[in-house]
Amino acid sequence: MVLRAPTPTRPTLTRRVIRPIGLIIALGALAVCALLSVTVGAKPIPAADVWAALTDYDGSYDHDVIRSLRVPRTIIGVFVGAALGLAGALMQALTRNPLAEPGILGINSGAAAAVVVAVFVFGAGGAGLVWPAFIGAAFAAVAVYALGSRGRASATPVRLALAGTALAAVLQGLIYGVIVLNDFVFDRIRFWQVGSLTGRDLDIFFQVAPFLVIGVVVTLALGPSLNAMALGDDLAATLGAKIPLIRAATAVGVILLCGAATAAAGPIWFVGLIIPHAARVITGPDQRWLLPYAAVLGAVLLTAADTVGRVILPNSELEVGIITALVGAPLFIALVRSRKMAQL
Amino acid sequence: MSDTLTSERRAAAPALTPRGAKAWRSPRGRVSFLFRPRTLVVGLALVAVSLAALVVSVSVGDYQIPISAVPAALMGFGERLDVFFVQGVRLPRALTAIGVGAALGIAGAVFQSLSRNALGSPDIIGFTSGAATGAVAAILLLGAGRLVVSLGAVAGGLITAGVVYLLAMKNGVQGYRLVLVGIGVSAMLASVRDYLMTRADLTDALGAQIWMIGSLNSRGWAEVGAVWIGLAVLAPVIFAVGRRLRFLELGEETARGLGVSAQSTQIIALAAASALTGAAIAVAGPIGFVALAAPQLARRLTRTGGTTLVGAALMGSALLVVADLVAMRLMAPTQLPVGVVTAVIGGSYLIWLLYTEWRGGRV
Repeated sequence: MVLRAPTPTRPTLTRRVIRPIGLIIALGALAVCALLSVTVGAKPIPAADVWAALTDYDGSYDHDVIRSLRVPRTIIGVFVGAALGLAGALMQALTRNPLAEPGILGINSGAAAAVVVAVFVFGAGGAGLVWPAFIGAAFAAVAVYALGSRGRASATPVRLALAGTALAAVLQGLIYGVIVLNDFVFDRIRFWQVGSLTGRDLDIFFQVAPFLVIGVVVTLALGPSLNAMALGDDLAATLGAKIPLIRAATAVGVILLCGAATAAAGPIWFVGLIIPHAARVITGPDQRWLLPYAAVLGAVLLTAADTVGRVILPNSELEVGIITALVGAPLFIALVRSRKMAQL
Repeated sequence: MSDTLTSERRAAAPALTPRGAKAWRSPRGRVSFLFRPRTLVVGLALVAVSLAALVVSVSVGDYQIPISAVPAALMGFGERLDVFFVQGVRLPRALTAIGVGAALGIAGAVFQSLSRNALGSPDIIGFTSGAATGAVAAILLLGAGRLVVSLGAVAGGLITAGVVYLLAMKNGVQGYRLVLVGIGVSAMLASVRDYLMTRADLTDALGAQIWMIGSLNSRGWAEVGAVWIGLAVLAPVIFAVGRRLRFLELGEETARGLGVSAQSTQIIALAAASALTGAAIAVAGPIGFVALAAPQLARRLTRTGGTTLVGAALMGSALLVVADLVAMRLMAPTQLPVGVVTAVIGGSYLIWLLYTEWRGGRV
């Protein structure tokens, strides 16, 4: 969309060396986490057996656990984490606000409202909540974007953030109203809204996979355009950036990624919020690097958290939504303290 | 020469006043100040709305008191039941609403000003999150009554705010780092809360959820005292540093250049605003959205550029007392927690304002 993308500042030599190496290391970490996620659990299964289950399935109990439980769960974890990290980076670029996360666009509250309606009206549960969540997220996000756009011009950052917060508040209020009056809905919602990968199978993944794939492709291609946008609307327009188009494409990408992630795993807001900040420490503000980093680091955090959650309690599991914050937040705070944070 | 200069300056004076402001001078020019008619009108309108809502909420209910009988009942005359309901039940509840609304509005304005962020609210330094976690722990682990829950909330909030501030400290506290550390700590506390909520018994969990939504049901004179004393002590402190906060909004370096000590202003404003939030939360629970919306609504209504503390306070009061009236009557006899209504009313109103601005093409 831009003829020649300007880089915000010329990166230092170390950063130019570190960025590709760091990305390889992060991918390596992701591979390790995925492997651990398949082998570790209530019943530890050695890596050799895992390999056998994938290549030479013999129908034994161990192999069944690997194929029907752990592999789907790991795949969903990787994709959901990547989608959330990527969408968070996009939201922060779109709104130019470090507090922005996909939820600002109304994703989580829209999904939650639709889930409440599905439970309240149809008594839905489990996999039946996937589509309501996705549709609710998409509706809310479109409404927020329309409200945040001024007239025929494109959405401005502050208005977008305010519109999202306002709509989220209204939906949250309505949700509270329903759950206060109805115990059954409250009981379903309190478990759904924690965010979890427990019991997710490949059917759920295949339902949301098309959206995830399109979202990842669209948004990774946006890096150069977002770099131009970071210079401010006027300068970006002078450089030939089509601002309304870029903003709309970013928003569509966020809706696809986050709608799908929330539909698959429930609202996990923390990943989208902190992963971009962590990635920015390594990459600096250059979106072409920031976006892939955010995706890989998001996937690392989510799969690692899910694995930890399976073994940390003796007899039960901790939901991944709980662990991401418990594990991620101290690391994040240490990071914030140790560096001068790269501002948006 | 000097004469011409002075007269020129006098003639130019109106043009130098900020947009929409009028200057008032006492006859001999000893006393003069600037005021904006629009701000004044909006402020008076908000006071009128609050008072009207107060009178209505005192008179309506399952036991109706005609509005004509309300003044007498307020003074302690009239029928005994009227006096009991007005003085003992409904007036304290309405006064609590007004006080809590004002406290949240002021606190929200301070936090938005300090963080220079329209999404700023007491949440950003983890205060609300800490308070909610403290209270939920008190409810679910100790099975505590309301007083202990309030104490748990205040203790949780203060400890969290202190921890966040200390963690963000490194060669002074930088606003951006404070916000990020606040996010991290809040997220950890939220996950603790999620854990407690999903492991608790359904009835207990519902009780904790209702506390977290925020409610004014059966608040009495003790609560009125708590929140109004808090306001009386802390609001003057915040108003006193209000002008310095406006300078800080220009950026810390500019403010320092203008002779404002950034660090001390920050600490005073943060501490006072956190304490105000604490008082409000202890009394009514963490009522959502008032702290975030009131400053934004006030500033859009008065069309001022910066944050207005008084406007935010008046807006917060009006918002909460109207919301509580709706919460009492909407599903009567079932009483909704007021937080449900503040979110819906405040959010819809903000959406409507954004929509009209959108139609008008203003920024």
